[in-house]
Amino acid sequence: MAKVLMKGNEAFGEGAIRAGCRFYFGYPITPQSELAHFLAKRMPEVGGTFLQAESELASINMVFGAAGAGARAMTSSSGPGISLMQEGISFIACAELPCVIVNIMRGGPGLGNIAPVQSDYFQATRGGGHGDYRLIVLAPSSVQEIIDLIREAFDLAEKYLNPVLMLGDGLLGQMMEPMELNEEKNFFIPPRPWAASGRMGGPKRIINTLYIVPEEAEKHNLKLNQKYKKIEANEQRWENYQTEGAQLVLVAFGTAARICMGVVDYCRDQGLPVGLIRPITLWPFPVKAFDSILSLDTVHYFLSVEMSTGQMIEDVRLAVNGRRPVFFYGRYGGMLPVLTDVVKEVKKLLLEEEP
Amino acid sequence: MFKKVFARTKALEDVPFHFCPGCTHGIIHRLIAEAIEELNIFEQTIGVCPVGCAVFAYNYFACDIFQAAHGRAPAVATGIKRALPDRVVFTYQGDGDLAAIGMGEIIHAAARGEKISVFFINNSVYGMTGGQMAPTTLPGQITATTPYGRDREINGNPIKVCEMLSVIEGTAYVARVSVHNPASIIKAKKAIKKAFQVQLRGLGFALVEILSTCPTNWGLSPAEALNWLAENLIAYYPLGDFKIPKEEAKNV
Repeated sequence: MAKVLMKGNEAFGEGAIRAGCRFYFGYPITPQSELAHFLAKRMPEVGGTFLQAESELASINMVFGAAGAGARAMTSSSGPGISLMQEGISFIACAELPCVIVNIMRGGPGLGNIAPVQSDYFQATRGGGHGDYRLIVLAPSSVQEIIDLIREAFDLAEKYLNPVLMLGDGLLGQMMEPMELNEEKNFFIPPRPWAASGRMGGPKRIINTLYIVPEEAEKHNLKLNQKYKKIEANEQRWENYQTEGAQLVLVAFGTAARICMGVVDYCRDQGLPVGLIRPITLWPFPVKAFDSILSLDTVHYFLSVEMSTGQMIEDVRLAVNGRRPVFFYGRYGGMLPVLTDVVKEVKKLLLEEEP
Repeated sequence: MFKKVFARTKALEDVPFHFCPGCTHGIIHRLIAEAIEELNIFEQTIGVCPVGCAVFAYNYFACDIFQAAHGRAPAVATGIKRALPDRVVFTYQGDGDLAAIGMGEIIHAAARGEKISVFFINNSVYGMTGGQMAPTTLPGQITATTPYGRDREINGNPIKVCEMLSVIEGTAYVARVSVHNPASIIKAKKAIKKAFQVQLRGLGFALVEILSTCPTNWGLSPAEALNWLAENLIAYYPLGDFKIPKEEAKNV
């Protein structure tokens, strides 16, 4: 298939259309606005609905309504807007409704800036809002992967009846890359007996998140937890890059992983045994990647490279579980890790640290 | 032989209400349910209940129903109606839910002219959380958070929702009714029915504000509460139509 040139933000939109999503509700925020611009044009072409909401509070609740009524729905935003959505996301997770949320991260905390960061990792992978719940979190690192993964995002959301968060950053959203479009999916939505779409002669459906009796609330929490355990067991995704024989394994996702691939190539050219684990699912975190690489016994260290002051490193440490030392290198506030600086860190560890 | 002259509407579940003695939520629930049955729209109706005393509305209405986050019912209803335009969608919201935390959502749903029916229950206090000041609490009214009476200087002024929403272009029907006596109940039912009819005819956003009692948090007996509503709430929140569909306005 011929390649086309597309911006990351637009690829999220086109990918959603091709995954059969016909309802988008959102509120403008940089650096994700092109996604809304794109869908404002594209949704009417396919008979879908694009609606600009009055706030992120409203847009996530419109998603709640549309998803609960049986539609394939999505929203997108960036850090501050995603923070405002947390109440609604918690409700959607509790009510077990499928939907896709895109967060094109920007510098924070506070209003921060519009430069690329990865500092919403905690918010994304720890639930984000109130209560005991998880989101499936997918982190693409190229425009091609955006369009491939958003289709999977809708499928996972429906398979597990759980919101799926796609985590990108300003750089991934804004950059253009050539990519191949996948075929448009038949957007027939499988029967949803749970959807509150009007009884039409059938039984009553309630989309509810209130469990006033603690015994029932505990049961519901247990049910959710069993689902999360299943997701953890079945849905870990990652990419190993040049990990064979690697003594130092970098761990990075999204834009940081793209930079780290360059670091690995550069180091390998110099004869330095460096590899990369690139988590694609941030939740469930790909613990299996670490178990399998540690079974090879060649790895001495891990280096978590992030565009934050160190958030994913907590999951890396949990996955490594004390079996090897884990180090950190990061840039923050919208500054990008530079290849030469990461290489310097790599050399320091490989040439100075005693294994 | 006996002839059955009255039966429970099938749009309500056959379960007892949890509401306090003398609370008029039960009456309002039944008026809405009767309107749904009489208009023959039960099978395609989807309700959205609020956070507050009416949160358990999903246990009482027999139609498909959502329980929304506090104040967000109009946004949830927007998502439902956009996904399923041929269904009848209503929200049931209290004064804290609609006029405080959910003010943004209700104004913008109205401005968009969302084809939904909103039932706004105004009893001038937060009921479920223990009788705190609501946006509709009257000046001087004593509540848990205005123990010296609502002072305009400190607590600001009550919000008149119908007056405000009726000037918004997307609204097709806006009316205020009460349920403090049989005559007002009959009028309230007519208004509720009309709010559904406006939606069925695709005319735009419809809202009926229903003045309601809260004997528990007002510290009054059920009978005293009805009188207090008639003497005080209606004096501040006049009853009547604030906006009727344009085509009807021409015929007047």
